[in-house]
Amino acid sequence: MSDTTSDQVLTTQDGKPLKAALARALRREKLRSFLLIAPLLIFVLITFVAPIIDMLFRSVENEIVSETLPRTVVVLEEWDEASGQAPGEDVYNALLYDLIIAVENKRHTQLGTRLNYEQTGLSSMFRRTGRRVDDFGEVYADQLIDLNAAWKEPVTWATMLATPEWISAQETWAANPSGPEPAFVVSEAARNALPTTADLYGAFARFIQTEDSDSPMEEDPWVPVYKALYQDLIANPDAASAFSGETATLVGQAAAAAPNFETVSIKELFIDADDDWGSAENWAVIKTFAPKFTSGYFLSAADAQLTPTGVELKPEDERIYLYLFYRTLLLSIMITVSCLLLGYPIAFLLAALPLRYSNLLLILVLLPFWTSLLVRTSAWKVLLQQQGVINDFLVWIGIIADANRLVMINNQTGTIIAMTHILLPFMILPLYSVMKTISPSYVRAAKSLGANDWTAFWRVYFPQSIPGIGAGAILVFILSIGYYITPELVGGTSGIFISNRIAFHISSSLNWGLAAALGTLLLVAVLLLFMVYDRIVGIDNVKLG
Amino acid sequence: MKLKTLFLAGTALAMAGGAATAEDMTLVSWGGAYQASQKAAYADPYVAMHPEVNVIWDESSAEAVAKLRAMNEAGNITWDLVDVVASDAIRLCDEGLAMEIDPDTDLAAAPDGTSASDDFGDLLVSECFIPQIVYSTTFGYRTDVADWGGKEPDDICDVFDLEAFPGKRSLEKRPINNMEWALLCDGVAKEDVYDVLETEEGQDRAFAKLDSIKDNVVWWSAGAETPQLLADSEVVIGSTYNGRLFALIEEQKQPVKMLWDAQVFDLDGWIIPTGLSEERLARVKDFVKFATDTQRLADQAKYISYGPARKSSAPLVGQHASLGIDMAPHMPTDPENAKNTFLYNYEWWADYRDDLDAKFQAWLAQ
Amino acid sequence: MSALPPYASPLQKTWHYSFRVICGLIFFFLIFPIMVIVPLSFNAQDFFTFTPAMLALDPAGYSLKHYNDFFTNPDWQQALRNSVMIAPAATILATFLGTLAAIGLSQSHVPYKSAIMAILISPMIVPLIISAAGMYFFYSRIGLQGTYWGVVLAHAALGTPFVIITVTATLVGFDKSLVRAAASMGADPVTTFFKVQMPLIIPGVVSGALFAFITSFDEVVVGLFLGSASQQTLPWQMFTGLREQISPTILAVASLMVAISIALLTVLELLRRRSERLRGLTPG
Repeated sequence: MSDTTSDQVLTTQDGKPLKAALARALRREKLRSFLLIAPLLIFVLITFVAPIIDMLFRSVENEIVSETLPRTVVVLEEWDEASGQAPGEDVYNALLYDLIIAVENKRHTQLGTRLNYEQTGLSSMFRRTGRRVDDFGEVYADQLIDLNAAWKEPVTWATMLATPEWISAQETWAANPSGPEPAFVVSEAARNALPTTADLYGAFARFIQTEDSDSPMEEDPWVPVYKALYQDLIANPDAASAFSGETATLVGQAAAAAPNFETVSIKELFIDADDDWGSAENWAVIKTFAPKFTSGYFLSAADAQLTPTGVELKPEDERIYLYLFYRTLLLSIMITVSCLLLGYPIAFLLAALPLRYSNLLLILVLLPFWTSLLVRTSAWKVLLQQQGVINDFLVWIGIIADANRLVMINNQTGTIIAMTHILLPFMILPLYSVMKTISPSYVRAAKSLGANDWTAFWRVYFPQSIPGIGAGAILVFILSIGYYITPELVGGTSGIFISNRIAFHISSSLNWGLAAALGTLLLVAVLLLFMVYDRIVGIDNVKLG
Repeated sequence: MKLKTLFLAGTALAMAGGAATAEDMTLVSWGGAYQASQKAAYADPYVAMHPEVNVIWDESSAEAVAKLRAMNEAGNITWDLVDVVASDAIRLCDEGLAMEIDPDTDLAAAPDGTSASDDFGDLLVSECFIPQIVYSTTFGYRTDVADWGGKEPDDICDVFDLEAFPGKRSLEKRPINNMEWALLCDGVAKEDVYDVLETEEGQDRAFAKLDSIKDNVVWWSAGAETPQLLADSEVVIGSTYNGRLFALIEEQKQPVKMLWDAQVFDLDGWIIPTGLSEERLARVKDFVKFATDTQRLADQAKYISYGPARKSSAPLVGQHASLGIDMAPHMPTDPENAKNTFLYNYEWWADYRDDLDAKFQAWLAQ
Repeated sequence: MSALPPYASPLQKTWHYSFRVICGLIFFFLIFPIMVIVPLSFNAQDFFTFTPAMLALDPAGYSLKHYNDFFTNPDWQQALRNSVMIAPAATILATFLGTLAAIGLSQSHVPYKSAIMAILISPMIVPLIISAAGMYFFYSRIGLQGTYWGVVLAHAALGTPFVIITVTATLVGFDKSLVRAAASMGADPVTTFFKVQMPLIIPGVVSGALFAFITSFDEVVVGLFLGSASQQTLPWQMFTGLREQISPTILAVASLMVAISIALLTVLELLRRRSERLRGLTPG
């Protein structure tokens, strides 16, 4: 290269610099390949990856407690669980308001079910209380109505708490009802003077309008609303000054009478409905699970639990998941090993035979691969049971007595045999594709140098087939640790996998958070193996028949 | 949210092709002979009267609670009427997934004018539950077991007696019923069972009793398994629903008999999901009123040996549709069969299900 | 291995034959469970086991009633119809998207190639129960649970890795100079694709499509979670059949499916031979 040319810029025919033209071509090629890949990438991201990420989120999500008991969890912050005493009256008051809203919206039993995962008995505590909470505070309602019958009228409440704009909008609507009633708006004045009442009544009005499609002007407020009003009037005896006209008189009268009202402890009402409300332990559970996110499901998946004092292992007789993970791994290893033992000779034979024979024999490998999983599993059911084909045959030829037929199904043996059969093609195919590439001349060379058959195989052939073993073994292992259908049908109790437990939590126990946590752990294990597989084989080198 | 609209729009477009006609009614049930009996006794006569209605059956009752919850999250209820056991009905009602009904307006009165609420009586265990049948979980045993020396079990505790009655047993793969039976046979009085089971020691006692036969138990999770296991002689005695055993004994003529002792009564019935459109709701209510009237419930007993839930249906129970035998003696409620029964406590299990299930699974895995 | 040399020692002879016997036994293990289903499906009784009459080869022990049941029972027919509605739609979707992406991936200079590949292959690797659970929750949220398209999209996602793998494999052997030659002679990229590339990769596309088809046609877990009654497919019907009532109709269906598998396998083998012929390789 001379000095002159090195300074010159190479150009294409149309005079543009070659470097830029090449870069542009490269960009265009990148763009084109990207446009080809994009549709599928987006498709897989939406239909497959997003659902899985969504599931991961479920394993930590715990909004139900703070959404169902928003007032309670705030007040509960102040409570010291170490005191060993149930919280004070203010927590129970907040609980009353939360619970009446939850009961009307039928959310309280869902919350009970959620908390029952952590502490047995909370489910019935919420259900039982839910049936009675609608008359908690009745004593206040009675006294207010005795004081002035106007408190019995829905209109009194609505006009007291609504904004003037809403009242006039409602009047217009009532004169000519078309479409839904205007949404109830609590007035600022009422919110300042009677905060608890305004809050609870607002929830009531929303519920009446959206769930029942009725008007707050016509529906009696919930009984606890009266208790809220009493509470507000005691806290703010001067509340009447915020109102005008008839309402001011009414509120003033009630505020004056309130200090002499007969009172009732809401705490006692709760404890009366269910003793468990008096237990500090139960309250500690509610407080522990109040945050929006929880590690509780993951801890459960690892046989641990979150207690107010920290993380601890579950009692021994409830530990199961770690053992199931261990068993899933152990059985998967056994299945992988038996696949290898059975698959290696077959792959070896196929690789050694001329292509026209090996292709025919390959069909024998592919036929099971193509046959429905359910068909193969049911076939094993027929074969393996105690009165099944194999036992019948063994009894017939006299190897075993009729009385001691072998138990080969509904246990680990059944799972291992059936799954080895099902996964064997996944071992044979990668092994075969690697062995096909091993040149027979190496073995011949070894033999000509004096190695016997075994040495030639073990020292020369076998090491070259190891990549195939790695590929097949990891593929079989990955597939087997996630199996569900086959263990479900032939595994009994000792042959089931963690997947079966995940399915159980999704469809029977409905503990979806725990199912998601178990699934996440399983997924992490599989992805780690997938990475190893990528290292050994490379994902673009997966071959299928 | 945008994504959802997009998908909904796509789905709506696809559906506009006309897959679902306006008069489709999806009934969810358990499949098998039970669903067949519902079809023959309720749905077929109804469709004969209302040919415009197209009944679709979905065999998803076993996963009904999970699927209804998912449908509710999606705001797209595809089921019109769901057959569930009482405990699931209570759960669904609690969660607001099932609609509350008024028995006296939504259900037909008895022919003699007795109101539906009196006719069903105590069986209306939840505001949402429309009972159909009383069934029981009980044991069947083979009558040709050589090792038993001609004896036949007649007591629930014979299930736990491997000396007198050797051989494999099949039990359901869940704690419910098994724990109660174990305690009954460990000397706990019937009325104390749940009090004892509430304590750590009581649970240990039940597990210890179950331990004594654990090695000889095949665990089942679907109702068809025990009959198949008994027919194949894979087990000599096993628990399942009484209707399954009836089919095995009377229809398939297998050498099996029923052990009615300590049978556990349970209920099965319909719930209407919440969130149906006015039109669908009206249609399904019309169907339910018809399908749960006195005659229809009695008719169902022609096909399967479950007791009708109405008192007024009992006298109308006749003969089996194809076998021509009297069905009354095969009902779990027949006085001869119901000498010793056990009542299952829904509320108690709602609390202890999660806890005991974890312990039960851990025990199984040991 | 293929032939025993004449100078083989007795030990080698013994090993040679015993190795063949071992392989024969393993092949027997692979095939026997599938073959055992066929005679059982002609069982005259409603059991899953061989009856004495069948073992005695008594014609009275055999019957076609389970086949009859399959072809007349509305439940099975509906399931068959659903399978036939769902599997082709999922196959077309998976094949179309998968082939495009495989072509894209086969170009040089694809940024983040291995990460993209990992994502695209993941539906094959992630345990089905996790895919099913995730899709169940997510599709519920976006209103696809229990719909025809929900099942089709899910099945298509599960089928795409197979299309990618098979099409990529054919593209590896594809000579890029053919494309350049076509371009240099003035063909535009679309013409080049249809006239040059397409005929050569078609065997890969078809075998990928077959894999995608069988994935959907044989899929039960995801269908079980995502589908509702109107999407009850054949494998689903078989699964509930196995769990709820053990009827030999399942075996009749199974036998028919084995027959279909053999037919599909033959198609695949013929395609493979065609592909090798086209690439100038002759099957030995």
